[in-house]
Amino acid sequence: MTVVGILSLQGAFEKHRIAIEQLGISVCYVRYPADLDGCDGLIIPGGESTTMSKLLDESGLRPAVLDFAKKKSVLGTCAGMILMATDATDKKVIPLGLINIKVSRNAYGRQIDSFTTSLELSMNGSSVTTRGVFIRAPRILSMGREVEVLARVKDEPVMVKQERHMACTFHPELSSNNYVHQYFLDLIQKPVLA
Amino acid sequence: MEKGSFEVKVGLAEMLKGGVIMDVTTAEQAVIAEEAGAAAVMALERIPADIREHGGIARMSQPAMIKEIQDKVSIPVMAKCRIGHFAEAQILETLDIDFIDESEVLTPADEANHINKQAFKVPFVCGCRNLGEALRRIGEGAAMIRTKGEAGSGNIVEAVRHMRMVQSQLKELTVLEEEELMAKAKELGAPYSLVKQVAKLGKLPVPNFAAGGIATPADASLMMQLGAESVFVGSGIFKSEDPAARGEAIVAAVTYYDDPEKLAEVSYGLQEAMKGLDMSEIPEGQRMQERGW
Repeated sequence: MTVVGILSLQGAFEKHRIAIEQLGISVCYVRYPADLDGCDGLIIPGGESTTMSKLLDESGLRPAVLDFAKKKSVLGTCAGMILMATDATDKKVIPLGLINIKVSRNAYGRQIDSFTTSLELSMNGSSVTTRGVFIRAPRILSMGREVEVLARVKDEPVMVKQERHMACTFHPELSSNNYVHQYFLDLIQKPVLA
Repeated sequence: MEKGSFEVKVGLAEMLKGGVIMDVTTAEQAVIAEEAGAAAVMALERIPADIREHGGIARMSQPAMIKEIQDKVSIPVMAKCRIGHFAEAQILETLDIDFIDESEVLTPADEANHINKQAFKVPFVCGCRNLGEALRRIGEGAAMIRTKGEAGSGNIVEAVRHMRMVQSQLKELTVLEEEELMAKAKELGAPYSLVKQVAKLGKLPVPNFAAGGIATPADASLMMQLGAESVFVGSGIFKSEDPAARGEAIVAAVTYYDDPEKLAEVSYGLQEAMKGLDMSEIPEGQRMQERGW
């Protein structure tokens, strides 16, 4: 039986739990390294990347997550994506380097510039329309050739995938559908060979 | 592309869950708070304990001070406006404040009306002592609710009273018959549509945080165990003898609120907490929680 871990140091972990449970899959909140043992994939939620980066080190979870990610899939949303990047362009955040992207935090501005917009996700060869909720969202400044773009807003990439990992700048856990979570479950259950 | 919707307002509140929002009065304190792991800072002229001690009219912070804090930290910056003072809120909105706290800690500007928060693009948080007050504020457009507690007291007793009251009133709603909800809405003084929604959900439709008197990691844990989804710490950090260490300990205490061993570990070695006040030392007319309705 598949179990999805959700990093629960700070942020919107409860909304991800609800999304995954709606798809009939069990969830495990991850706050200690041992919590990862029974997990088949890991979600790093939105929240404050500075807070989470600090708690990743204090909890001893950083090496455990890096080890986990060598074999299993990780999904990062918003702050979670910042933590998965190779370059977070801010020395307050030490990223995990799971996806070869360079990101800029709060790149659309402060909360007053947070927005929702319609966006197309291209997944498994077809495309679906969803609404993206962008909260003090980051932007992807550049990416390596191994990174695949799954969604764009005005030509800018907002959802990307590299081998078994994926990340988005918006909050799929705040939309009314579970397309992104279902796609992540497909990744977990049919892992791409590295 | 739509900005300022209720969805993106509540969205930011969701991102602050499991975190600590710290009161700061200078850019240096804001940096200490961010380094300690704060999920956001609240920029204000004087912390509640000093407002209580020094008296006078407590107002919105100066724009220059807010700007300096915004330049120094990358986490969300909140600020307070006086209850009913929508002009202060309009100014805070143009300053790109991430969240406005329409707060009883400042001297109220309107004794009859709170701000119509739906008229703003920036989200608001408001204090409450019970479910009726929480739902009135949500009805006006608040995207986050917190307990009022008793700000600047360093005494958790009022925050506990308010959180327990909200939780027990929430539970009560879930067992009422549908035809009883209108009478309950009348009794609570709350919008009927929200009463119906909450009866179904069993929880508030916006995040529910704790504030007003949190001074130690144990206080933070207590509020989380009582159902808070995050905590605000006002005077508790920068009125203590070791703000950086205490800030870090309270951040860890919110993440590991249900792990007493971890709580003991993070509390180890902390110096004196703020002195604090017994409620009998605060005359009834000087209790901040009585401001607003």
